[in-house]
Amino acid sequence: MTSAVAAAGLGTATRAGVEVRLENLRRRYAGVTALDGLSLTMAPGELVALLGPSGCGKTTALRLVAGLEQADSGRVVVGGEDVTGQPTNKRDVGMVFQAYSLFPHMTAWQNVAFGLQMRKVGASQRRQRAGEMLELVGLGGFANRFAHQLSGGQQQRVALARALAIQPKVLLLDEPLSALDAKVRARLRDEIRRVQLEVGITTLFVTHDQEEALAIADRVGVMQSGRLEQLGPPTTIYSRPATPFVAEFVGLTNRLAGVVRGGDVEVRGTRLPLVQPDAADGPAVALVRPEAVTFANNEDTGPGPLVGTVIATAFLGATSRVTVDLGDVTILAQLPTSEASAHPAGTRVRLALRPDPVLIARDEAAAGRA
Amino acid sequence: MTRARRLRLRLFRVIVLVLGGAFFLVPIGAMFEFSTRGNRVGAPRTLEAWTTIVTYPDLLGAIRDSLGLAAITSVAMLLLLLPTMIWVRLRLPQLKRTIEFLCLLPLTIPAIVLVVGLSPVYRWMAINLVDTIFLLSFAYVVLVLPFAYRALDAGLSAIDVKTLSEAARSLGAGWGTVMFRVIAPNMSGALLNASLLSVALVLGEFTFANLLSYLNLQVEIFQLGLANAGTSIAVSVASLMFAFILLVILSFFGRARARGAHERAGLPFPGAAGGGLR
Repeated sequence: MTSAVAAAGLGTATRAGVEVRLENLRRRYAGVTALDGLSLTMAPGELVALLGPSGCGKTTALRLVAGLEQADSGRVVVGGEDVTGQPTNKRDVGMVFQAYSLFPHMTAWQNVAFGLQMRKVGASQRRQRAGEMLELVGLGGFANRFAHQLSGGQQQRVALARALAIQPKVLLLDEPLSALDAKVRARLRDEIRRVQLEVGITTLFVTHDQEEALAIADRVGVMQSGRLEQLGPPTTIYSRPATPFVAEFVGLTNRLAGVVRGGDVEVRGTRLPLVQPDAADGPAVALVRPEAVTFANNEDTGPGPLVGTVIATAFLGATSRVTVDLGDVTILAQLPTSEASAHPAGTRVRLALRPDPVLIARDEAAAGRA
Repeated sequence: MTRARRLRLRLFRVIVLVLGGAFFLVPIGAMFEFSTRGNRVGAPRTLEAWTTIVTYPDLLGAIRDSLGLAAITSVAMLLLLLPTMIWVRLRLPQLKRTIEFLCLLPLTIPAIVLVVGLSPVYRWMAINLVDTIFLLSFAYVVLVLPFAYRALDAGLSAIDVKTLSEAARSLGAGWGTVMFRVIAPNMSGALLNASLLSVALVLGEFTFANLLSYLNLQVEIFQLGLANAGTSIAVSVASLMFAFILLVILSFFGRARARGAHERAGLPFPGAAGGGLR
């Protein structure tokens, strides 16, 4: 595949990637703030995923980089050049859309060659490069197919080839996998990452699927209400969430009432260290990952704050997610399947909380019950 | 579906087809029959009324003018309406209802009222610009707006205009390229329908031309009817047949293009090999 890229004549500049900076971008729609001072710097060749719920502003950010929308204020700088005022067709960006966007009256090959034609690339070079880009995405044999003769996954791969054929400075992916079924989605996700790494292009990937973002990105930016809540490598986002919103949006979280005392939080008789050591004493809700919940070595299932009944077990492969009813609250535990299967539904179990640092939320109603 | 129900359904379809066909064909057949009658009772059938069509120079001129008007009106309508509708969809969606209302307005205004309103404008154009029948195309563009709008709106609704245009823009296309190389080819059926409606309407238009004192095909047929009823009816039948043949040619042309595109791609055309209606 690397040879295909080389043959496609993808220049050194593109392979090296360029730095992309979003500086204090603001955008409002009819009184609603979509972006509230978003700043983000993407290193050359980096893949950054913007993750967040619907309406958090992630797509708006991408569309501002593409030039499909204009910012109320702020700048977009691509490769050191301020492109904020430039129209889309002058920006040198490649884009793959959520909706299938192949031109229906053109074949896959003609679709890929379209951008090259717009750039006045000669016919023979156009033919060669379009063919090679289709090879790059594994669709060399589908060049003469029309969009309606390709599956959803194939259409998105052609769209990727089309976006890359013009050797853009930045690649923008607007939820390109969301219309696909789970299996195709996972395969194409890996395919996109492989191609991105081979080409070395700076890429902004927008998604609401946390698994997708964590699997594909060098860094993940979690957004809420037009702001970046946290930006960091996937492992940091998952294991060291900076805010309760990030903790709850990324991965599953148990909300357990507790009391903060002297830099720790006491949850159901267990003292857990805090991510925020300067948190004020008082009632709080501890956000505990299911991975931090285990079966206790002590098998005494007499009354206790962490004793309950298994009510469901979801098989996930190597691990299983066990739901335990503690009486006043249900708690999720992610355990090795062998361990989980030894405790079927209806079994009384004693749980333990691993002393990983946890985040707390000041949820008055829940904390009041502590 | 049971066999009896299938048979009943088939019978129903045949009856509807026969009744519908009769509704259109019986009057045309009657016109043809009238146009081939001799000049007296008991005279043999004759095609004299048909053969004399070409001997009326005014009639041939009117046919040529009406065809010219149909072509100009169709092109002008497309150039006016297509970019406007695409632009409204992409950039000014809040104006969609207003544009729709404006386009449908000519349906609600009687032709005579439109003519009364337009006649001073036409008088001014005839005196100060040029006095030609082709000026009628301005009025005809207004007249075909409701029908063309509906056809184009259906075509635009069938494709994702926003995504296609954004994809083309991100690949470096200007707005002209987006409209004429990306959007328009994907609604060729709608363009064809809109053009066909315009052609049919212009070829059959009488009121505007007559009241504004221009000689188009229908006005000529009317005047001919006063002098020679047989030829007048023959021309009417011929113009109906012409519109019908044009419709068939255009629809086959559209289908042939789609088939050609599939064949160039080395792929079967949907419905080509036993895939059609059964």
